Amino acid sequence: MGFFERIFREPRWGVHPDNHKRPAADAPLRVLPPPARLYLPLHQHVGGAARPVVLVGQKVLKGQLLAEAQGNISAPIHAPVSGTVAAIGEVTAPHPSGLGFAAISIDSDGEGRWIETEPALDPFALAPEEIARRTAAAGVVGLGGATFPAAVKFALGKRLAVSTLIVNGGECEPYLSSDDRIMRDHADQVVDGARIVMHAIGAREALVGIEDNKPEAIAAMQKAAAAYPEVKIRPVPARYPMGSDKQLIQTLTGKEVPADARAAEVGVLVHNVSTCAAVHQAIRLGRPLVERIVTINGGAVARPGNIFAPLGTLADELLAFCGLKETPARLILGGPMMGTPLLHGKVPLVKGASGILAFDAREAAVPKAGPCIRCGSCTQACPMGLLPLEMAARIRAGDLDGAVDFALSDCIACGCCAYVCPSHIPLVQYFSHAKGELAARERARLRTEAAKRLAEARLARLARESREKAAAAARRKAERDAAKAKAAARAEGAPA
Amino acid sequence: MLIAIGSLALMGLALGAVLGTAARYLAVEGNAIEAELKDMLPGSQCGQCGYVGCAQAAAALAKGEAAPTLCPPGGKAVAEALAAKLGVKVDLSAVADNGPQLALVAEEICIGCCRCLKACPTDAIVGAAKQIHNVIREACTGCAACVDRCPTAAMSLVPVPVSLQHWVWPKPAPA
Repeated sequence: MGFFERIFREPRWGVHPDNHKRPAADAPLRVLPPPARLYLPLHQHVGGAARPVVLVGQKVLKGQLLAEAQGNISAPIHAPVSGTVAAIGEVTAPHPSGLGFAAISIDSDGEGRWIETEPALDPFALAPEEIARRTAAAGVVGLGGATFPAAVKFALGKRLAVSTLIVNGGECEPYLSSDDRIMRDHADQVVDGARIVMHAIGAREALVGIEDNKPEAIAAMQKAAAAYPEVKIRPVPARYPMGSDKQLIQTLTGKEVPADARAAEVGVLVHNVSTCAAVHQAIRLGRPLVERIVTINGGAVARPGNIFAPLGTLADELLAFCGLKETPARLILGGPMMGTPLLHGKVPLVKGASGILAFDAREAAVPKAGPCIRCGSCTQACPMGLLPLEMAARIRAGDLDGAVDFALSDCIACGCCAYVCPSHIPLVQYFSHAKGELAARERARLRTEAAKRLAEARLARLARESREKAAAAARRKAERDAAKAKAAARAEGAPA
Repeated sequence: MLIAIGSLALMGLALGAVLGTAARYLAVEGNAIEAELKDMLPGSQCGQCGYVGCAQAAAALAKGEAAPTLCPPGGKAVAEALAAKLGVKVDLSAVADNGPQLALVAEEICIGCCRCLKACPTDAIVGAAKQIHNVIREACTGCAACVDRCPTAAMSLVPVPVSLQHWVWPKPAPA
C-alpha cells in the first residue's frame, strides 16, 4: 500500500495500540493433551442455557450430546473427551463478578473415542435449511467472542436475502492471534466453511477482511481461495476496532449499519473465520464444536503461543502448559481492550474465549484517574462517533437518561476512549455500569407491570369468589325455604 | 389605527372562541396526574403507605397531602420519579432502600396456617392447610404484607440474590 493511499484509506476512528501479537502468533500451534477433568458450562452462548441430557456416572464418548438447546436462541453442548460424567453443579463463570454458573464435569478416560458422526455429504447438494439444522446441532456459535448461535444468523440472512457474506479475520485486539493461526494453518477449512455459509444464506460473494499486520495469513488465505473467485480476500488497514462488525462492514462495503439495526438489514452478514472453520467441521465431518484454538499470551507467560485445547479446560491448566515466569498480576479472558478480567484461573475455557492473557505487574498497572480536561480525544477515537466525555459526565452525576440521549445504546464498549484518555478515566466502566443499571431498571419495570397484573387478577378472583359465595348462600336459602314451605304444607295437609 | 385595533380585536375574539370550544370539547375527565402517579407506584396494593391502595395513595400525592417518599417497597427509585413528576424537591436520605427483596419461608417453623397467603397482594405464596408454604420468586414484590401475619415469625425478607444475568458493573469511584 502506497503512502498516500494509506493516508486516505486509514480510517479516522479508532486507535492504534501496540499489537504485542508476536512472537505468540509465530509460534507453531501446540495441542493440549486432554486434562483429567473438564468443566462444560451450560451457558456458553447468547440465549437460553442448554438443558443437561446426561446423568452423573454415565459414560460418554467424544462429541456426544451433553446438553440440548433450549428455546429459539440457544446452542447444545457436547463432550470434548470420552469419559464419565462426574458431576453437574456450579463452577466459577468467566465473568468479572466471579459468580458461579451451572456446568457438567467430565472425567476423561484418556482414549478420546469419537461418537458415530453424521455421514459427510456434499454440502452444496444439501438444502440451506439442512445446513442450518446441522450447524445448530453441532453447537456452533460465533467464535469471535459474541457467541451468537450461528444457525440463527443463517436463518436471519436467508430471510433478509443477504447478498454478501463478510468473513471477519480482523482480529484487531492486541495480544490475540487465534484467528491468525487458524488462517495460517487451516486456510482451506476457513474458505470451505465460508462457501458453505454462503450456500446456507444464499450470498453471492464472500469478502474476507484481514488486517494488513497479518501478511502470512493473507498469503495463506489467498492461496486457499485462488480456485474460488466468489471468495475475495481483502486486506484492511490494521486499526482497532477493525474486527467489530459495523466497522469492518463500513471499511469493506462502504455501507453504514444504522443504529438499532442489524448488519443483515444492509444486505451483509458477518461471520468470524474460526466460526467458518467450525461450520466446515460440522458439515463436512459431522463433528460438533468441542475444541478451539486459544491464544495464551502476556508478560507472565514463559512460552506464549496458540494452543488447540478441548473446551472446559481450566485457564490454570492452559497457563501451566505454557509455563508461567511469575505469578500473573492480572488474568484476562479475551483481549486486553474488551476482555473479561478473571478473579482466578479456576475458570473453564468456553466457546467464545479466543485468548487467555496473564499480565505481569508492568502490563497490569492501572494509572490513577484524574479529572476530565475536556480535550476531546475520546470523541475523535470513538468508532461510533459518540461523545464519551459527555456520556460519562452524566453517568457520574447519576443522570442515566441524559447519557441515553447521547446514544449510550450505540456504544460498543470497544475501549478506544479509555485507551486515549490522558486523564485515564475508566470511561468504559461508566458505560458498562450505566448499561447494567438501565437493564436492571427495565427488568424492574417489567416486574412492576407483572405485579400489577397479578394484583388485579387477585382482586378479580376475590370479587368472583364473594359473588359465588353469595350466590351459593342464596341458593341454599331458597332450598331451605322451599323445604320449609313443603313441610308446612304437609303439616297442614296431614290433619285434614 | 382603527384597522390595527379592529384586526387585533377580531383576532382576539376568534382565538378566544377557539380556546373556549377546545376547553369544552377536549376537556380531560378526572385527574390526569393521578392516573400517571398511580402508574408509577408498584401497584401491589400492599397498604404500607397507610392508604387503602395505590390509587388512593396517588390521589393523596396529587392533592399534596402525602410526601413522594410514602412508598416503602418502591424505594429511592420510585420516590425520585414521583418527586420529579410532582416537581418538588425531596430529601432522599431518609428513604430506607434495602434494594429489591423477596419473602422467604423458614420451612422448619412454618405451621401451614395459610394466613400469609391470604394476605399476599400478588398471590405469590403457595400452600395449603398444614402444608409448608413457599414463595414464588417471580411473583413476589417484597412488600412485606405477609411478614406481620405469620404467627410463628417464619416469614422474613431477604435481598434478591445476585445472579450472573443481574450483576451490574460498579460505578467507578470518583477521581
